[in-house]
Amino acid sequence: MSILINKDSRIIVQGITGKEGSFHAEQCHKYGNNVVGGVTPGKGGQTVLDGIPVYDSCSEAKAATDCNVSLIFVPAPFAGDAVMEAADAGIELIVCITEGIPVNDMMKAIPYARRKGCRVIGPNCPGLLTPGGAKVGIMPAHIAKEGSIGVISKSGTLTYEAVHQLVAAGYGQTTCVGIGGDPIIGTKMTELLDMFQADPETEAIVLIGEIGGQMEIDAAKHIKEKITKPVVAFIAGATAPPGRRMGHAGAIVSGADESAEAKKRILSEHGAHVVDSPAFIGETMKKALQG
Amino acid sequence: MKIHEYQAKDILAKYGVPVQSGVVIEDKAEATAAIKSVQDRTGVEATVVKAQIHAGGRGKGGGVKYSPTTADAVENVNNILGMTLITPQTGPEGQFVRKVYITEALDIASEYYLAVLLDRANECPVIIASSEGGMEIEEVAHSNPDAIIKEYVDPTVGLQGFQLRRLVKRLGLSGAHAKQAMKLIYNLYTCYSETDASLCEINPLVITDSDEVIALDAKFDFDESALYRQKAIAELRDEYEEPPAEVEAAKYNLNYVKLDGNVGCMVNGAGLAMGTMDIIKLKGSEPANFLDVGGTANPETVKNGFRIILADPNVKAVLINIFGGIVRCDRIANGVVQAVKELDLNVPVVVRLQGTNAQEAKEILAESGVDIIAADSLDDAAEKVVAAAQ
Repeated sequence: MSILINKDSRIIVQGITGKEGSFHAEQCHKYGNNVVGGVTPGKGGQTVLDGIPVYDSCSEAKAATDCNVSLIFVPAPFAGDAVMEAADAGIELIVCITEGIPVNDMMKAIPYARRKGCRVIGPNCPGLLTPGGAKVGIMPAHIAKEGSIGVISKSGTLTYEAVHQLVAAGYGQTTCVGIGGDPIIGTKMTELLDMFQADPETEAIVLIGEIGGQMEIDAAKHIKEKITKPVVAFIAGATAPPGRRMGHAGAIVSGADESAEAKKRILSEHGAHVVDSPAFIGETMKKALQG
Repeated sequence: MKIHEYQAKDILAKYGVPVQSGVVIEDKAEATAAIKSVQDRTGVEATVVKAQIHAGGRGKGGGVKYSPTTADAVENVNNILGMTLITPQTGPEGQFVRKVYITEALDIASEYYLAVLLDRANECPVIIASSEGGMEIEEVAHSNPDAIIKEYVDPTVGLQGFQLRRLVKRLGLSGAHAKQAMKLIYNLYTCYSETDASLCEINPLVITDSDEVIALDAKFDFDESALYRQKAIAELRDEYEEPPAEVEAAKYNLNYVKLDGNVGCMVNGAGLAMGTMDIIKLKGSEPANFLDVGGTANPETVKNGFRIILADPNVKAVLINIFGGIVRCDRIANGVVQAVKELDLNVPVVVRLQGTNAQEAKEILAESGVDIIAADSLDDAAEKVVAAAQ
C-alpha cells in the first residue's frame, strides 16, 4: 500500500513539451509506465516519448485518458492557471513542481482546486514517489526502495538525504511526499500524517520541516492527539539568522515559534523523535521502531 | 524585496492613502533648499529629518530627528546623512545612510498601527490594526494582546464593507475619522494586492489636531516571485541596502546568505543547505554562509560559488555537499576539478557527492589529482571539514 499514488495512477504532465517537463515525464513513465498523456496548449495532436499523446487542454486529456493525477511543470507566470485548469477538468490530484509562483496566484488557485474537490501538492516541491509503484515528480527514484516508512518533507534534496539514510539503515518507504517550501501550499503536514496513520503498510513516519511558518507546530499537536505510529522529525535551519530568507520563499523566521529550536522543542514535547541532523534519521528510526 | 519609507509613501499616495509632504536628498548641499521647499508647501517651519535605510528602529539609533527650526533641520541633515546608523535591526555593524527624507512635522492627536500582510496559517491576507500606534507590534502582542485587531480577507472576494465598519469601530473611531479611516484601509488593501506586496505596514497611522488621518511612516516588503510582473516596484530595489556578496551571488543565480562562521558551504537545495549548516555547528564549528547552487548546478555555477565563498576572509575550509537528483554528480565533480585548478585555492576543500552518478564522480575526483578531501556520508563530511577548519 501507499498514499496518494500507486501503480494504477493515470498521470498526465502539464508542460510535457517543455525542457523540464519532457525530461521528467520520461523519467516518471520509465518508472511506473503510467504516464497516459500530456498537455501543452497549441500542441494538441502531437505525440511525445514514443507515443504519449499531447492534448491542448486538461479537459480534453481527461476525456481521452481518464487521468486522475496531473504533474505540473508549467513556468511560474502560468502555473496558477494550470492548477485551476486541472481542477476544472476534475483531476483529483494535482502535483505542482514549479518554483517561484507569486503567492497571490496560489492563494486563489489552491482554494479553487479544493472547492472542486481536488488536492494540490506543492508548489515548489519535488513531488511524490511510491517506490515500486509510481513516481510523480523529480525525486531520484533509484535511491528509494519499497518498505514501510512514510516520508513528509518541505525540502527536495533533504528528502533524498532522508531516504538515503533510511535505506542505509535498512528501511524502505511506502510513499515519499515533498510538500513544498512556499508560504502557501496545497497539502499540509497534518493531512499527510493522517493519511500515513490510516495506511496499513506504513509503520512509521519521517517528518522534515524547516524554519518559518506554523505548520510543524500544528503537526506536533496532531502527532500527540491523533498519530500512534512513531514519527522521526528533523527541522532544518537551526543556524539560520532570524529575518533572513534561506532559499525557500517560506523559509524565514518571523516569530519566536518559527525557529528551528522552537519547532524541535515543541515536536519533542508532543512525542516526536527529534534529531539534530539528517545524518541521524536512520539510527533514530531503528530505535523508535524497536522501542 | 524591501523598499525605503519615501518610496513606500510615493506608492501610498498613488493609491490615495494620505501621507505628509516630504523631499528626499542624498547631498548635504541640497539641505537648505529641500527644507525650504517642504516649509513652503506646508507653511510650517518645523520638519522631521529621517534616515532612509531598510532596517527598522531608526528612531532608537538617532536616525529620526524632530527639527523645530530651519537651523536644526540643517544640522540634523548634516549629522544623519553619511552616518552609520545602528538600530536593533541592523546588527552591530550598522547601515550607512545615503539618503535622508525631510517631511513636515504634524501635531498628532492620536496614533494607531495598521498593516496588511500574508497570514500563512489561514492562507489569506490579514489586516492588523491597533490603537497602540508607534510601538513595535510584537511588543503590543506581548504586553496587550487584546489591543490587536485582526480582520482576515477572503482573497477570492477581497475586502468587504462590513469588515471595514467592524475594523474602525473596534479601533474606537467614529464620524469623520471613521469615514477617512475606512477609505484609507480599503486603499491600503488595494495597494497590497495590486502590487503583490507581502507586507504594507503603517506605523504610526495618526489623526492630527486638524482631524486628518495620515500615514506617518511606512514599511513595505514585496513577493520576490511576483517582481517579473511588477516592473515599477522592481526598479525600486536599492542594492546598497543588501550585502554586496549577496547582490553578486544573485547575478549568477546563486542563493547566498553570509553568516559569521568559518566553514564555507556549497550545497544543492535550500533544505539540505540548511541541514548542512546545522551539522557543521553540531560538529563544533560555525557555518560561514548559506549557499544553494540550485537544481541545475554546472561547472560554471560551482566556480562562481567558490569565488563568492572565498571572498569572505573568515572562511578556513569549504564543504561541498551535493545530493544528485536532477543534478548529476559527475558534472559537479568536473566543476570542482576545473574550479580548483583555475582558482588559486588556499583553503582545504571537503567534497561529498551522493546520488545520481556518484560513483563516476568519485572516479573523476580521484583521477584528477587535485587536492581535495573526499567524504562518504554527511556525518563524515561534516567531521572532516570541521577538523580541516581548525
